[in-house]
Amino acid sequence: MARYTFTGGIHPYDGKALSKDKPIQEYLPKGDLVFPMSQHIGAPAKPVVSKGDHVLRGQRIAEAGGFVSAHIYSTVSGTVKAIEPRRIVTGDLIESIIIENDDKYEEVDYPASVPLEDMSKEDIINCVKEGGVVGMGGAGFPTHVKLSPKEPDKIDYCIVNGAECEPYLTSDYRRMLEEPEKIISGLKCMLALFDKARGIIAIEDNKKDCIKLIKSLIKDDPRIYVKPLKTKYPQGAERQLIYATTGRAINSSMLPADAGCIVDNVDTVVAIHNAVINRQPLMERIVTVTGDAIAEPCNFKVHIGTNYHELVDAAGGFKEEPVKIISGGPMMGFGIFELDVPTTKTASALLCLTKDDVSAMEPSACINCGRCVEVCPGRVMPKLLAECAEHYDNERFVELGGMECCECGCCSFVCPAKRPLTQSIKSMRKIELANRKKK
Amino acid sequence: MPEKLKVSSNPHVRSKATTSQIMAAVVIALLPATGFGIYNFGINALILILVCIASTVLTELLFELLLKKPITIGDFSAVVTGLLLGLNLPATAPWWIAVIGGVFAILVVKMLFGGIGQNFMNPALGARCFLILSFTKIMTNFPDVGDGLSGATPLAQIKAGNSVNIMNMITGHTSGTIGETSMIAIIAGACFLILIGVIDLRIPGSYIVSFVIFLLIFGGHGFDGPFIAAHLAGGGLMLGAFFMATDYSTRPITKFGQYLFGIFLGIMTGIFRIFGPSAEGVSYAIIIGNLIVPLIEKITYPKAFGEGGERI
Repeated sequence: MARYTFTGGIHPYDGKALSKDKPIQEYLPKGDLVFPMSQHIGAPAKPVVSKGDHVLRGQRIAEAGGFVSAHIYSTVSGTVKAIEPRRIVTGDLIESIIIENDDKYEEVDYPASVPLEDMSKEDIINCVKEGGVVGMGGAGFPTHVKLSPKEPDKIDYCIVNGAECEPYLTSDYRRMLEEPEKIISGLKCMLALFDKARGIIAIEDNKKDCIKLIKSLIKDDPRIYVKPLKTKYPQGAERQLIYATTGRAINSSMLPADAGCIVDNVDTVVAIHNAVINRQPLMERIVTVTGDAIAEPCNFKVHIGTNYHELVDAAGGFKEEPVKIISGGPMMGFGIFELDVPTTKTASALLCLTKDDVSAMEPSACINCGRCVEVCPGRVMPKLLAECAEHYDNERFVELGGMECCECGCCSFVCPAKRPLTQSIKSMRKIELANRKKK
Repeated sequence: MPEKLKVSSNPHVRSKATTSQIMAAVVIALLPATGFGIYNFGINALILILVCIASTVLTELLFELLLKKPITIGDFSAVVTGLLLGLNLPATAPWWIAVIGGVFAILVVKMLFGGIGQNFMNPALGARCFLILSFTKIMTNFPDVGDGLSGATPLAQIKAGNSVNIMNMITGHTSGTIGETSMIAIIAGACFLILIGVIDLRIPGSYIVSFVIFLLIFGGHGFDGPFIAAHLAGGGLMLGAFFMATDYSTRPITKFGQYLFGIFLGIMTGIFRIFGPSAEGVSYAIIIGNLIVPLIEKITYPKAFGEGGERI
């Protein structure tokens, strides 16, 4: 089997065995739901309901605050309890709509669905926009913007990112295994927008059952291919994935569309299917609740806005005291300091660990071993970039390609001196980006 | 729900490799050569090696105690320096040579430049070259190991135009510094390091290949198998190529730069051995190579992924 890949990368302990055989179960929220107005990149959404309003499941509660922004929909029926700042996974306080769940799940009437063949390209993009679909792999880039590149006829590939290279995560795996037809349907919606494009479903080869299943489902479709990827982190990083599947390399200042590619994560493609074919907005996602502190690791279909606390309880609670709780995977997720935060459109996992590698090891002096250089998928020199960052040397940092870092964390992972390379580089990138905005 | 959770920037997991493990692996990889050296040269070799290690470790400890700096001897890097220095001494040397070498290696070459990772020159080789220049007689007085060469190293024999026994050179039953004589023992240790990923073949490979090419062109023997084999097995080439040229702090960090570095070492070693007054040249080649590392890194800085937006 040909396996597609990139240079660099690492093989961390993957921990997927904890939850990979657990079928997706729907979790119905019990407490209040919280909908932060910023669950995506771009302008925050603006609330269109006010305190005391009764809302239905599927009702729009906030509308996009600009072109690069997305609508937000209620995922339950109930009453708007408050509109106030709430804490989210990153630790920021974000204006949020809080809805008291009446447990009735009364839904709005969705528009009648139209067969894909009868829809114009504008209709399809409009459906995606109306559905409030954003990139659910983590970045949260509004999908309708992604699907409207400057030159649509130059798009050669629509790539479904099923790499799921982050350790512990199994949400995409379960989705591919249990609802592959929705993924294929979503991909067909994307392909309907780009006449020349071919569809690629890229899956790491540690998910052989998914590869086999999806291959058998698409064997009669001449436009769609399955490409098995070598299992390696960060195989699912957008730029590395494009390189692995098409051989095209883009830098940090280019968009995938510049290389003729549109990349969307598995859950996003399912959301596109729901928005275009069923005319239903984005209301659910799969969240893996796992880690060695969790009694029964699970894959939940979660109503977006559900509190993390409830998910932990639904997974049997803690069997051991967790030391670290991460929203997302261990490589790129956010360490959180309280569980009382809501799931959002971009939350892929809740990982509860009884051990924290980071605080267990004290950083020492760099020994110049070059492991960070070996593994860097961005082919820059993390050691030197981190040095520049520590000395606030913006100029040299940029000169040495610091802005090309994708913050994947490989350098910090391999460092034998346990230096927080990614953290230093990330902070410097933030400062530099802020400086550029000022200008 | 726990009272307090650890919070940190991503990534939240780390590999198991640590600096001390890497250094300990190097020590283990040097054990075959050390063992053979002691077998070949006798008890004084063992004493010298132990004195070297004791003086490097104590120097680092005292330096850090006096300057109230964090104690770093637990990373075993000073042990590696001491062991390498010991392997680079002739077994006839007196104990105080080992002490002077150990103090010079750690104090002058390593700690004064900022400690581990900051030194620009291999500490063991820096100390060896300092000793050769300061105590030339002691440092070039090689013992007779009963191979009928009465204390002359094989390379010196070749330089004088005599023939040498290649088999003895490969097993190590010849004269020389304590750890350099046995090609088999050194390569066994090097294979271990390559297998566990501590070193790779970029530097040793390009070093040895370019040295052989240099010999073919300038050696004056044409394609003379035994001559080339003797040069490969003789002197400090194997120990230098696998254990000293690959020293993390003092070799280029860029992949392409490592090839350039190896080629530079090969050419310099060739020049010193063929055209220089001394039979040996590895130590000087490597410390001169160390000095041009910043320049090599500067010209071999890699292109970032997708730079220029090329279509491959």
